[in-house]
Amino acid sequence: MSLRPDLAAIAEMIEPNSRVLDVGCGDGALLEHLKQTRNVDARGIELSQQNVNHCVARGLSVLQGDADTDLADYPSQAFDVVILSQTIQATRAPAKVLEDLLRIGRRTIVSFPNFGHWKVRLSLLFNGRMPRTRALDYAWYDTPNIHLCTIRDFTQMATQSGATIEKALALNANGTKLIQADAFGPNLMAEGAIFLMNQRGGTAWGPIADRAGSS
Amino acid sequence: MAQTANPTFLRPVSEPEADPGKAITFSTPLALDCGRTLSPFTIAYMTYGTLNAAKSNAILICHALTGDQFAASRHPLTGKPGWWDIMIGPGKPIDTDRFFVICTNVIGGCMGSTGPASINPATGKSYGLDFPVVTIRDMVRAQAMLIDALGIEKLLCVTGGSMGGMQVLQWAASYPARVVNAMPIATAARHSAQNIAFHEVGRQAIMADPDWKGGAYDTAQPGKGLAVARMAAHITYLSEAALQRKFGRQLQDRDQISFGFGADFQVESYLHHQGMTFVDRFDANSYLYITRAMDYFDLASDYNGVLADAFRDTKARFCLISFTSDWLFPTPENKRIAHALNATAANVSFVEIESDKGHDAFLLDEPEMLQTVRGFLNAAANANGIA
Repeated sequence: MSLRPDLAAIAEMIEPNSRVLDVGCGDGALLEHLKQTRNVDARGIELSQQNVNHCVARGLSVLQGDADTDLADYPSQAFDVVILSQTIQATRAPAKVLEDLLRIGRRTIVSFPNFGHWKVRLSLLFNGRMPRTRALDYAWYDTPNIHLCTIRDFTQMATQSGATIEKALALNANGTKLIQADAFGPNLMAEGAIFLMNQRGGTAWGPIADRAGSS
Repeated sequence: MAQTANPTFLRPVSEPEADPGKAITFSTPLALDCGRTLSPFTIAYMTYGTLNAAKSNAILICHALTGDQFAASRHPLTGKPGWWDIMIGPGKPIDTDRFFVICTNVIGGCMGSTGPASINPATGKSYGLDFPVVTIRDMVRAQAMLIDALGIEKLLCVTGGSMGGMQVLQWAASYPARVVNAMPIATAARHSAQNIAFHEVGRQAIMADPDWKGGAYDTAQPGKGLAVARMAAHITYLSEAALQRKFGRQLQDRDQISFGFGADFQVESYLHHQGMTFVDRFDANSYLYITRAMDYFDLASDYNGVLADAFRDTKARFCLISFTSDWLFPTPENKRIAHALNATAANVSFVEIESDKGHDAFLLDEPEMLQTVRGFLNAAANANGIA
């Protein structure tokens, strides 16, 4: 079973044998993959009861819960890595969620759809309606994505939350690309992004020597 | 030293065909939390399925307040199917083709295990209120002695709902090395004020019955008091929505209200029936003792109030299940356990199941629950090399 490209890119960032919490882990595909290929101690939080059942049947340890309400109960620095993939835009309080993630994990990985992508911009400009793209295929009135942001928006919030950005990847249909600190391009060209962060003391965001995981 | 025999029941067997199970009597005293000891003492139990050669496929089922060891087979006194028949059996979520299932009657109970109705060797009469107050931990201690006697070192899983779930938690805390997987369902790590309050109503109903005689009744037990206790408790096992759906305001065997105090409404008649049938199979003093054991349960209190510390040494994988309409052991109580387990980095899953059937949902055909249990145990069996 092949992993979704954005999840595969996240998996590349995880050190073997680490303790991982996947917040919004869905049916557990990423966690199972990490368990099998990197021998991680895999934990998850998932809103959907059916998905939790899938996870439990896979032998994963997953709590039915909500990123907005349940992260507060986790002890600080309890995990090597905390993952929030394609979920932050659906939370009620993204800044609070990010702060919790940074507190719980020594490292935090967040992926999200980029609302600054040119297709989104053009769609609003030319159609005059809320954009619907492949990555964001919902009508405005029934979208779960209540807090969409651009890569620049996220970068700003992360910095304000005290995060040190270790690495950022732009996500496109054909894979991922490393984002440079001062780059303007990704915010226009990337459909999504993956940020690897820590609370403080990590490598500051800049040209990154380690390019593992980028393509 | 232990001796196995047929269990003795308080009431006559109505189903001679039903397997009465076994009863094991220990001459080793059971040390109780209250400081007293119980000796000799007997545990009545049932087993289903076959213990494998490695003795690695044993699952212990812990029953709730008024349950007993007949979890998956016809009850010898009532003739009714096992209380967890939906869960346990060949091909069922707790699959007796794969697993060796053990279910014991708790200490303090009245289905063959030593309880207040048993004969006190010191007097030759029933213990009555001379029976020591037992705790959930005492029940678990006694179960551990049975598991020892069966030659089983580790339990693949310990599971149960309600008071059964309390025993599961106690097992994980008291015998962390012996529990490989734990599945507490619709339970709590402490009995809430509201639950203690309801129990006290039940106890007072029993003790207010003149037939109770300070607990020293002989054959005629305080049936009216016990029935009222059961009726009050039964309401707490359901939900407002379930009661409304099942009964509404429908009248019982009449077209109009009677302007009297007979059972006009179906819900009244239903409760009366619940109370009456309960008296036929349960002992009033047992009800006092077991409700007290639940009231006293506060797992964190043994660990300076830190629940997480109760699970410090556990390596077990946990799966917690709660039900949306359960107001007796509501989701937050179950989640509290999950958080404590999380804080100790234990392996824990938690599922809240949508159901309007209240606390009793754990005994009923709730497909999502059955699926969760099946999935969890399959994964457990695979991880432990059980065919």
